[in-house]
Amino acid sequence: MNFMLGITPWPVASALLWITLITAALYLIRNTAHRSIQAAARGLHRSFRIASKAVSRSETNLAARNRDVLLAAGREAKERIIEREFDRINETVRKDLANYSALHRSLSESIGRIEKDHQEAVDVPPDPPGWVKAVEAVADMDAKDGRAHIGSILSDIHKSLIKAHKEAMTAYHAASAKRHKLLRHMRPDWRRIQQTLGAVGKSVDSLLSRSVTIDRHMQEYEEIVRGQDRAMSVLSSSSLVNFFVSAFVLCIAIGGATINFSLIARPMAEMVGGTSLIGNFRTADIAALVIILVEISMGLFLMESLRITRLFPVIGALPDKTRVRMIYITFTILFLLASVEAGLAYMREVLLHDELATSALLRGDVGATATGEYMWITTAAQMGMGFILPFALVFVAIPLETFVHSLRTVVGLIAISVLRVISLLLRLLANLSLYLGTLLKQLYDLPLFVPLWIEEKMSVGAATGRDQQAKGARL
Amino acid sequence: MKHGILLTLCLILASCGNDAAGPRNTGVYMLLDTSGTYNQELIKAEQIIRFTLSRLDASDSFAVARIDTGSFSEKDIIAKTSFDDRPSAINRQKREFAQQVSAFVETATPAQYTDITGGLLQAVEFLNEKGTGTKTILIFSDLKEDLEEGYLRDIDVPLEGFDVIALNVTKLRSDNIDPREYLSRLEEWQGRVEKTGGQWRVINDLDGLEGLL
Repeated sequence: MNFMLGITPWPVASALLWITLITAALYLIRNTAHRSIQAAARGLHRSFRIASKAVSRSETNLAARNRDVLLAAGREAKERIIEREFDRINETVRKDLANYSALHRSLSESIGRIEKDHQEAVDVPPDPPGWVKAVEAVADMDAKDGRAHIGSILSDIHKSLIKAHKEAMTAYHAASAKRHKLLRHMRPDWRRIQQTLGAVGKSVDSLLSRSVTIDRHMQEYEEIVRGQDRAMSVLSSSSLVNFFVSAFVLCIAIGGATINFSLIARPMAEMVGGTSLIGNFRTADIAALVIILVEISMGLFLMESLRITRLFPVIGALPDKTRVRMIYITFTILFLLASVEAGLAYMREVLLHDELATSALLRGDVGATATGEYMWITTAAQMGMGFILPFALVFVAIPLETFVHSLRTVVGLIAISVLRVISLLLRLLANLSLYLGTLLKQLYDLPLFVPLWIEEKMSVGAATGRDQQAKGARL
Repeated sequence: MKHGILLTLCLILASCGNDAAGPRNTGVYMLLDTSGTYNQELIKAEQIIRFTLSRLDASDSFAVARIDTGSFSEKDIIAKTSFDDRPSAINRQKREFAQQVSAFVETATPAQYTDITGGLLQAVEFLNEKGTGTKTILIFSDLKEDLEEGYLRDIDVPLEGFDVIALNVTKLRSDNIDPREYLSRLEEWQGRVEKTGGQWRVINDLDGLEGLL
């Protein structure tokens, strides 16, 4: 600095000299500097634009991939649902159609019996009365011959009539009773027919409702196959919902696993020792954790073998016989582990009592060592939890599968958003660099305002002179 | 190939073991002064022992020894134990230890002389043999050493890595007359301990034992 101000005996003059020299130099290289600034700004602009386009292309590719993944997942889920619906229909049809011949026979037999009973129950025409012959005899009788006997004949007729009436009434009552009996016999058949037809009606209704459901699913499936936007948005939103719900359930499961861990970690020290360490962790804690993880793994395999989840296609593709064997094996291991846990939970309670008694003894509080009357409740509760929690953890497989599947979509969506933001930022930077170039040029010109002003004046003067010369030439 | 991977995993796990970090267990050796009137303070010592027992855990070591005429002897150890790995065994050991100490407190007779240095040497020997990570020596005494004629104790006790804590350092009648005696006694012991690399502390308030271990 001293050197700069020491080029003349007067520092102010030196400073002015430097300013003039620098301004002159800057003015001389102004065009070159402007071009350089502009080139740099354009270069940056172009680079940022290219980067932005590349990121946009990546975003588009990722969106397409995400779309494919989502559609594939949706297609698979729909196929599974439709498959299950068909299975149910198959089951209903198999059950009902298998019994159809027996049903038909039962209905035919019932109808036959009803027909027979009906025929038998037809009203029998009464026999002609016995007194008809007597009337005919009286009619044929000569008026003279028979007059004396008419009174007795009529009396006989009257008697016969009464007798015949009684007999007819008795017969009629007997026939009516028989008919009623037959009609009573028909009643269970009617009911059976009604019940059978009702069952058939229910089956048919079930089939119809299932067919409606299948229709709906098929329509959605077709939309997915066609890759329609509506299907995409539905799948996307359902995937997000699945993600959050499964994450929530997994958090609950983690809470359960933590409680399970605290139940067995302490008594595990009885088995593997309380002081040995693996890394910075107690071996007992790691052993407890391993037991819980093995239980969860067994639960996953069990769910896979039951074909409830499809995380491991190898298990799903196993022959049915092997799969059933696997179900038994995994369930047995799970049962044994649950029993071990129940035992450990019991051991924990025993250790806790022992520790409390020792602490009380060391405190000199002997009265506190007495065991409570209801302590068995906590012991039983702990044992119950130790036994139940492993089985409850089996069901983690379901939200885990949903979480894994929806995670792909969610991660894809997040990545797309991030790429979109990056692309936007790069585009902004591209524009910014362009304006920055203009700003830098203006800033460059700022200290050169004196020579620029002179230049402008000179150029105006020169232009005026040229105009005047031109006018003079024309004149 | 698979065996190789398995072996590598085992080696990694083994290398993660606690051996590299050294032992993390605690060793405590407590010296009980049974000389003269201090013998009456043993009830308080029993409380401290019980407190110490409640603080110790698996694989820790604990020994209680009396200070008498010649304390550099295993015979003066009243009770000693190294706690098991299993929690159930630890509780049993603690109860047995407490019973042994109680029995001693009930039947303890006053000693004629006070060989604190011999007891310290015995404590150092015991704890070094156990090889515990932390080594603590508790001295329950008025710190007034009174050696029988012929006993040589003007030797430096190697206390590098040891915490020496003096508990319940009561004032003698002579200390009341001239408190400088008490202070110089404390200073002398502090100097002896710190000279050979040990850490020195005094706890007279037995209600504040939380920082003991």
